[in-house]
Amino acid sequence: MSLLRAEEISVHFGGVKAVQEVSFSVEQGEVFSIVGPNGAGKTTIFNLVSRIYDCTHGHVFFEDQDITRVPTHAVADLGIARTFQNTELFEQESVLNNLLIGCHVHRNTNLLSELFFLPSVRRQELDFRQKVEDVIDLLDLQSYREQIIGNLPYGVRKMVEIARALCLQPKLLLLDEPSSGLNPEETDDLSFWLEDINEELGITVIMVEHDMNLVTQASDRVMALADGHMVTIGEPQEVQNHPEVLRAYLGD
Amino acid sequence: MEVLQLLISGISQGCVYGLIALGFVLIYKATEMVNFAQGDIMMLGAYVAITFISLWEVPYYWAVPATILVMATVGVILERVLLRPMIGEPHFAVLMLTIGLGFVLRALAGAIWGNEPRALPMPYVGDVLRLGEVVIGYENLAIILGTALLCLLMWLFFSFTRIGIAMQAASQNQLAAFYVGIPVKRMFSLVWALSAAIAALAGILTAPVSLVDPLIGFVGIKAFAAAIVGGFGSMPGAIIGGLLVGVVEQFAGLYLPPGFSDMSAYVLLLVMLVIRPQGLFATMQKKKV
Amino acid sequence: MRFIRKTRYEQDINLIKHNGQVLWYGLLLLALFAGPLWLDRFLLGEFAFVFIYAIAGLGLMVLVGYTGLVSLGHAAFLAIGAYVHAYFLNQGLPFPVTMVIATLFSALVGGLIAIPALRMTGIYLAVATLAFAVIVEQVLVHWESVTGGFRGMPVPRPELFGVNFASPTVFYFMCLVLLLGSMILVMNLLRSPAGRAMTAVRDSETSAESMGIHLARTKTLAFALSAGFTGLAGALFAHRLTYLAPDAFTIITSIQLLLMVVVGGLGSLHGVIYGAIFIGLLPQGIAIFRDSVPAAVAQIPGLEPAIFGLILILFLIYEPLGIYGRWRKVRLFFEEFPMYRKATYKRQKSFLRTERLQ
Repeated sequence: MSLLRAEEISVHFGGVKAVQEVSFSVEQGEVFSIVGPNGAGKTTIFNLVSRIYDCTHGHVFFEDQDITRVPTHAVADLGIARTFQNTELFEQESVLNNLLIGCHVHRNTNLLSELFFLPSVRRQELDFRQKVEDVIDLLDLQSYREQIIGNLPYGVRKMVEIARALCLQPKLLLLDEPSSGLNPEETDDLSFWLEDINEELGITVIMVEHDMNLVTQASDRVMALADGHMVTIGEPQEVQNHPEVLRAYLGD
Repeated sequence: MEVLQLLISGISQGCVYGLIALGFVLIYKATEMVNFAQGDIMMLGAYVAITFISLWEVPYYWAVPATILVMATVGVILERVLLRPMIGEPHFAVLMLTIGLGFVLRALAGAIWGNEPRALPMPYVGDVLRLGEVVIGYENLAIILGTALLCLLMWLFFSFTRIGIAMQAASQNQLAAFYVGIPVKRMFSLVWALSAAIAALAGILTAPVSLVDPLIGFVGIKAFAAAIVGGFGSMPGAIIGGLLVGVVEQFAGLYLPPGFSDMSAYVLLLVMLVIRPQGLFATMQKKKV
Repeated sequence: MRFIRKTRYEQDINLIKHNGQVLWYGLLLLALFAGPLWLDRFLLGEFAFVFIYAIAGLGLMVLVGYTGLVSLGHAAFLAIGAYVHAYFLNQGLPFPVTMVIATLFSALVGGLIAIPALRMTGIYLAVATLAFAVIVEQVLVHWESVTGGFRGMPVPRPELFGVNFASPTVFYFMCLVLLLGSMILVMNLLRSPAGRAMTAVRDSETSAESMGIHLARTKTLAFALSAGFTGLAGALFAHRLTYLAPDAFTIITSIQLLLMVVVGGLGSLHGVIYGAIFIGLLPQGIAIFRDSVPAAVAQIPGLEPAIFGLILILFLIYEPLGIYGRWRKVRLFFEEFPMYRKATYKRQKSFLRTERLQ
């Protein structure tokens, strides 16, 4: 059973066919990368999987459940977390609060008990905090805990966003260009963390990435896209040398 | 016949809403700001016209362009003094600011011109045009023709002039427009001048129909509803939304119990927001991530 | 400058963060509960008025400051609270019951108005609430059999077990206790998932949704809570007015409420209190101002709203963080004395990229 399976998904915006009949499946435990030139439809595929856009055709299955039409917020409950290309953090809140919001899917209390802050809410808060601290330890974010996002440098924000996604304790993590805006050192760290996330936490990762070194280093399989079409799927080396992939990147 | 008569007075009132709505939309499109004081700028325009025509006895064919010019200048000054510091601030802050501006303008007008309603004596007031059984006052006719003419001019301006096209570019992506060398801030001044001028015209056209007092700017709220009904950000939408609100209001006044006429614009707005939140002419889209 | 060594997570969860707060807030509470000892009748009334404003401000702050939804029509909820309260008092129900009914009914209406509001953001929402407020105002004017129209509606004196709750001292305590209760509820909200979900919706709807936050439910809750608090304030406000008429609940009242949260400082509970004090005292200030300027200026009609407007403009341009923001800057200046950098709070200016697609 694949963890995620996309069957001939397409999306059209007016006349623009952003993604056309792309099929792929991601196995439990692998790191799957999506590469392709700008405008190939990589982020659009993420938006389809995380239900920000509706598929015009085709279906997406997660653990064999059809998620093509589930509401956007329900995707997180199923165990899919994501980051965004240009970071979408809660700017006016502290890192801590951002990560606590990541725990929202584990909420078991209701509004009334929260208004009176009953003992159950307090226990849950402590539990959330423990989860958050585990993630902070994993990604070395201790020194930023109380800082407001708006004051943080871009590289840190990227990491906070990954941390926030990890707080959901997802089964599948979608990373949209995790290395963009990072310096080479930070990118190196990132590839280690990716390994940790994948192997220690056992989270399946799909990432959209331009940095071919990172892709080759980290991923088990790679899918190449061009103009909304799938070009090929395979081992990183194989895809990198695929003639059509080269053509898509370099032109004829 | 009664229906036709109502339709015409609805259209004439709707044109006024449409003109104010056009001002809202212009500023919103170009600057991403919402100017809630648009109605009060119209009120100011009407008063400036009264000052020229009644108090200083300037011939009206000079007074009208002079009023429009004065109000365009007022628009530029407002933009430079109040709105320029707000570039990049959230929509809500600018909305609040212009609401505050509205209150200040109202008190200012009350202080300068007094609170008693004044009339604007235009030369055509009182004459009527008879078409069969339908009677149209020249002042209503002036509103309708004036609006039509203005729409034509605006269309020409935005489609064919260099400045108009540059303004459209600035409205779609301020940063990109800035990079290709469009002086975005000057565009903002220009757009404020333009919308204040349109508001002045609306003031001049509507003053002969309804007397002028400092509170007439409150029609701005109805015009705002009209702009949203039309699809905020669409210029034809603004005019059509205005017409719709004007006509619905007239019919609600006749066929429904008292009070519904004043409410109808807002009921229309709420109904529209429920069934088609993007308005008649959609321009809104979800943020891209 | 105070450094707090944190050894337990609960230190971040508890409402009182350190002993210094116990001292200062304790002293403040003591002074307030001893109010009747050092305040005369008039000032007691004024303080109670500030408390009422603060309760309404809490409601509005939940919506505007924490959920990022702007309401230009909150006077409508104030009106609903006041009229429902007075209506059931006139039917002979005891006043604590009517107050609960007024609060719940306002919350219900708030939840209902949120339904069309769900698909809207920003300007659209602001205008929808404005439209709603105008409709409520018209209903108050024209539904004479219930509201009394322009003739108005008397508010019976609140009495329970022979105690007159309208007497300045008792009314003062009632408002104070209700304000404190409301504040604790809101503070609890803000330190638990529902409140964090609201701030998430404020900062990024897309990402909130991807974090599993139900947008519609969160916004509806924010509206309902906000309307509920404002309705409660309305019920208290009714006793201050003693006679309800539609002209007490116009758009100007809505703007005044918004002015309160903006001037106080958006996104902070301190801001609510500062804003309420400011709005509560402003009429006195304006009265003094009227006395000190030439009669020609003082007689300008609409002077009061104009002064509101002017203050609003000045705050938005020069101190968008409100009074509380200014206070934090001053405090930071002293804490970091020789090192204070003006740029700490400098706003970044940028052109906006449109969210419209054409």
